Amino acid sequence: MTTVAFPAGAGCLAVLGEPLLAAGFLSAPVGVAHYLVVGAILFTAGIVCMAVKRNALGVLMGIELVLNGANVNFVAFSSPALRGEGASALGLDGQVIALFVILLAAAEAAVALAITLNFYNNHATVDIDRADDLKG
Amino acid sequence: MMHPVAAAMLAVGPLPLGQVNWHTVLFLLFAAAACACAVAVVLADHVVRMALYLVFCLAATAGLFFLAGAEFVGAMQLMIYVGGTLVLLVFGVMLTAQAPFVALKTAAGDKVLAGLLGAALLAVLLQSAFRVEAWRRPAAGAEAAPAATPIGMALLGVRVDGDEGGPVRSGYLLPFEIVSMHLLVVLVGAAYLARAKRRKSPRPIEVAASAVSPAEPRHQSRGSASALVSGGQR
Amino acid sequence: MALLAAVLILNVIAGGALVFIWAERKIAARIQDRLGPTRTGGRFGWLQSLADGIKLLAKEDLMPEGADGLLFRLAPYVSFCASFCAFIALPFAFDFVGQRLNVGVFFVVAVLGLEVFGVILAGYASASKWSLFGAMREAAQVVSYEVPLGMCVVVPVMLAGSMDLVTIAEKQAGWLTNWYIFHDPFTFVIFWVYVTCAVASVNRAPFDLAEAESELVAGFHTEYSGLRWSFFFMAEYGSMFLVSGLAAVLFLGGWNGPVPVASLLGLSEGTGDTAGYLVRLVGCANLLLKATLGVLFMMWIRWTLPRLRIDQVMTTCLKYCTPIAAAMFAGVMLWQLAFPGGLVHGFGRPAGEIREGWLEGPGGRSSAGAAAASATGADRVARVIP
Repeated sequence: MTTVAFPAGAGCLAVLGEPLLAAGFLSAPVGVAHYLVVGAILFTAGIVCMAVKRNALGVLMGIELVLNGANVNFVAFSSPALRGEGASALGLDGQVIALFVILLAAAEAAVALAITLNFYNNHATVDIDRADDLKG
Repeated sequence: MMHPVAAAMLAVGPLPLGQVNWHTVLFLLFAAAACACAVAVVLADHVVRMALYLVFCLAATAGLFFLAGAEFVGAMQLMIYVGGTLVLLVFGVMLTAQAPFVALKTAAGDKVLAGLLGAALLAVLLQSAFRVEAWRRPAAGAEAAPAATPIGMALLGVRVDGDEGGPVRSGYLLPFEIVSMHLLVVLVGAAYLARAKRRKSPRPIEVAASAVSPAEPRHQSRGSASALVSGGQR
Repeated sequence: MALLAAVLILNVIAGGALVFIWAERKIAARIQDRLGPTRTGGRFGWLQSLADGIKLLAKEDLMPEGADGLLFRLAPYVSFCASFCAFIALPFAFDFVGQRLNVGVFFVVAVLGLEVFGVILAGYASASKWSLFGAMREAAQVVSYEVPLGMCVVVPVMLAGSMDLVTIAEKQAGWLTNWYIFHDPFTFVIFWVYVTCAVASVNRAPFDLAEAESELVAGFHTEYSGLRWSFFFMAEYGSMFLVSGLAAVLFLGGWNGPVPVASLLGLSEGTGDTAGYLVRLVGCANLLLKATLGVLFMMWIRWTLPRLRIDQVMTTCLKYCTPIAAAMFAGVMLWQLAFPGGLVHGFGRPAGEIREGWLEGPGGRSSAGAAAASATGADRVARVIP
């Protein structure tokens, strides 16, 4: 298995990698901006997920994506790539904040799931469009 | 900054692998995986597949954390977020994945509107990400320092990172204690909210389950997951 | 180098699985007073695993009709990847580690917990109630046992002052008595609690009700056949080897043998020359031996002890393992405060000194930064603790 996969992978790499390398994609070092792009995409995907999904658990997944996008931003700013700024660098604070965000996201997911399960037990559905008992 | 792997791979293949910055390659791989899976979460209709894509997205994000030098946060993301929160989410999905709710569809107009707003937000964020010149390439002389001990000390209230004579930075002892209390409160609250309640009449979900035709074996096997858990609670 | 490490680890898992499957059948047979495989490949059935492998490859690739195609196909690979990735941080000798992580212990325990996704996916995607029941029970079991496992694993971290697995094993260099299992009575008990939790979290031995033939046909892998099934089993044997290797590194001295032959001979394992390399090879053999003994121990108790029910499994975790682990953790902490350098040597050391594993370790990814920071860092740390 391994003896077949690796030459195949190396072949693919050679075929696809040549133009990418020529274009400078594979050798340009990564700065904070690239992490921010990833964070932005995750954040936007999370927002759209929260807006679009009808399943309550889908909305919860959107929340997780949003929090992760923010975490990527925090970690990127705390990374050594930005440490050259000296006293204004975020440094360790970014990582500690990301840690707290992870903890609080776990807590909030637990409570949200408990509420969703309660809702499911009482209304036999997880469709949030059906949560309109208090609708004026 | 050349990754040491590049030196070892110089003899392989026709590609001038010595010039490839493996850090960039790995970053592109993980970033592509994270973004593709995030978009897949939005586009998927089937809730179990959404959960699976979210797992891959968060695992790729953990890889990004490792690449950025934040090893402790990366390991924490894997253990708590992926290994804890998402397992909880997947349990929740399994318990509620009855056939009618597995793939709920949204109105097309809502999707278009949300898509437009999302695209506008993304454009603003991307534009601001590339605005600052200093963010586009890594700073010179940057090196990753192991962070587990400084983070541990910071959570105890003592900052051991930072320069001598620089601004005095505060520790994180109070937030640490607050988060501990918060987790305790959440534990009690979630256990209370999700407790098995004694009922005289059958639950609406059991009424609905019996109303659906029994000819769907898949539906039955899904519903048994909730029976399994509630049976365990008694 | 990284590619070489990945290939070697893959071969360790695959080769290990071959050997362990044969060993399991032989051990099971002897414990049950029979012989086991005696035909394929000579008197001891050496080639039985190979024959099994060929049979699995030749089997028809089935998928149940109602199964979710993508999830069904993906599940074995998710399990296998989680098991494989955890080997990245496991050190086989002083310099033989895939990637020397500052948070090695944390990483290994975190990735071990990801194997449960493969199980849940397999159970859900199989469209069968046996699979779903088995998967849910197994997921609940693995997730519950992560709590006492985490507490057991923190004890060697506390003793060594670092989460780096290489550092933890280095600190146990020397004679047999340096091993953390013999450090104090609390760590001895914690080692056995770790063994229980590790066995439970790889779903082996008395805790294998999720795969039990007598209960759930075959649990989450009921509908899997051929190569897909073999991936689940490679993942399982890989995880068994991993938790045994982790126990060896954390409690049993890692790659250090009971007698420090190398240092008695004047050789050092840190040097780049042939002698250093040989010392590291012997160390690697030591670790493999200890991990294999751990796996054989797991096989031994599988065929000796009866299976536990799910409520007994949960009781063991929540009412026994977790409180005992917590109490032993407190005990080790108090022991460290009372006898910081150990019972025999230790009354001169200041209480509360924090041993900085990353400041002392030679090599590692950021030795330059560590060397520069060590002068100020150690002083800063020592200063703040009165």
